[in-house]
Amino acid sequence: MRLGFFLKEALRGLSRNSAPALAALLTVMLTALVLGVFIPIVQATTGTANEVRNRVVVDVYVKNDATAGERKELRSALEDTANVRSVDFISKAEGLAQARKKNPAAFKNGAELLGDNPLPDTYRVTPEDPGKVGLIVDRLAPKEADGLRVPSLAGIDEVRNKEEDTEKILSATGLVKILTAGLAALLIFASIALIANTLRLSIFARRREVEVMKLVGATNWFIRWPFVIEGIFVGFMGGVLAVLLLTIAKETFIDPLADRFALLAAPDTIHFPLLVVVLLLACIAVSAAGSALTLRRFLRV
Amino acid sequence: MVELREVSKVYDSGTVGLDRASLEIGRGEFVFLVGPTGCGKSTCIRLLLKELEASAGDILIAGKKLNDIPRQRVPYLRRNIGVVFQDYKLLPNRTVYDNVAYSLEVIGESRQAIRRKVPDILRLVGLSTKLHNFPDELSGGEQQRVSVARAFVNHPPLLLADEPTGNLDPETSIGIMQLIYRINRTGTTVVVATHDSEMVDKMRRRVIELREGRIIRDELSGLYRPDESTTEFAVRLRGEMGVGPEGHPN
Repeated sequence: MRLGFFLKEALRGLSRNSAPALAALLTVMLTALVLGVFIPIVQATTGTANEVRNRVVVDVYVKNDATAGERKELRSALEDTANVRSVDFISKAEGLAQARKKNPAAFKNGAELLGDNPLPDTYRVTPEDPGKVGLIVDRLAPKEADGLRVPSLAGIDEVRNKEEDTEKILSATGLVKILTAGLAALLIFASIALIANTLRLSIFARRREVEVMKLVGATNWFIRWPFVIEGIFVGFMGGVLAVLLLTIAKETFIDPLADRFALLAAPDTIHFPLLVVVLLLACIAVSAAGSALTLRRFLRV
Repeated sequence: MVELREVSKVYDSGTVGLDRASLEIGRGEFVFLVGPTGCGKSTCIRLLLKELEASAGDILIAGKKLNDIPRQRVPYLRRNIGVVFQDYKLLPNRTVYDNVAYSLEVIGESRQAIRRKVPDILRLVGLSTKLHNFPDELSGGEQQRVSVARAFVNHPPLLLADEPTGNLDPETSIGIMQLIYRINRTGTTVVVATHDSEMVDKMRRRVIELREGRIIRDELSGLYRPDESTTEFAVRLRGEMGVGPEGHPN
């Protein structure tokens, strides 16, 4: 391949058509900027939604008179149940301490009224997939014909998963996830369409030139390479500008606030260097491929 | 060299470009395609370039059927055909030198060969002083000379010209025709499409006349001397067209 010649041609194309090239560059920059802001937001939102979903648990209350053997059997049965991620044991005393901590005012005066600790020993089961928490409940306490749940093991007093709360959490977070995914898809589609259109304009201005090249016997790739190189350059420059702006914004606005707001400091958003690399590669790929594809129409001479 | 067998071309709009035209052009011939606008001259040229596909019939160039050439081999066909257009079709943002060099870059010529051949051919067409001008800084005749230079720089066996003098005044036209004749004298087959029948008659070369897509006249006339030199040719032409030797119309 005659890289030197193609580079020279690409440079000529850029300098001779600087206005459309600049327009394409700015388009790439703006879309990259929007994506760069949007990607962490989507991640923080879904991250938060997932965190909320992880609060879905099943409490298995142990009978007060259960024997040590029954408890042991219960624990291993729980751990063997499908869709169970972890099983935590909360003893009567721990349960009381947690309740006291959660609502100190109620215990301030009334602790004596309770007399003995009324809370049962509890196994707290965290599901692997919160959406299928019902399976665990069904397994531990299958529904009988009359609609009542009957524990399947001797040691179980009752199985609870705060059904109403669970339903709400699942449907709300599910909606949030679908919405953000939809928005992300729309945004990416819009970005690609916008960049492709701007590139088309800049190539349309040169369609006569392409026609002449074809008539003197240039192969398609001979004509295409300079355009692809131009696309790479435009994408790279647009990406670099967007990354610069993002860095400035991050350093001046986000970082100082991150300490104060949980969302901004959400642990599972993309790492900034990775975001930069992803954005740059996307910019280059989209504009190079866009150039090559748009050219196709004019190569049919 | 070139052969058309019962070639028809019907455009998508239903317009008939060419209607069962058959002709044969030998190696080294100089042939005029004449007729009024819309008679099928340009269709003929564009078919030979495989810019268009024939609706029926066979076109052969150097014994090869154009129908059999796959799309991705078309560029290699075109490298063996020089083309000159009425509107020059130069690349507007390249200098004269780069315009001619481009058709050498396309065939993968080495840099040294390009540096040698381009000034040579531009000297031949009389533009050695305008190497670094852009097309819009040249007169019509000069632009057409660049386009002839580009068409001939890699010495193709076939040269097609579609109304090469259509935008030029008579004196400039003679210069261009003289140039094309000179190329023909090196053994290149030349096909010129034009509606300027006066000029054609005076040049006394083989004439194929088209009307509404049909060949109505094919004069393989022995009227001309095939060995006429370019100078004799130009002198005769100037005399017959009433253009003085100094280049001013009388």
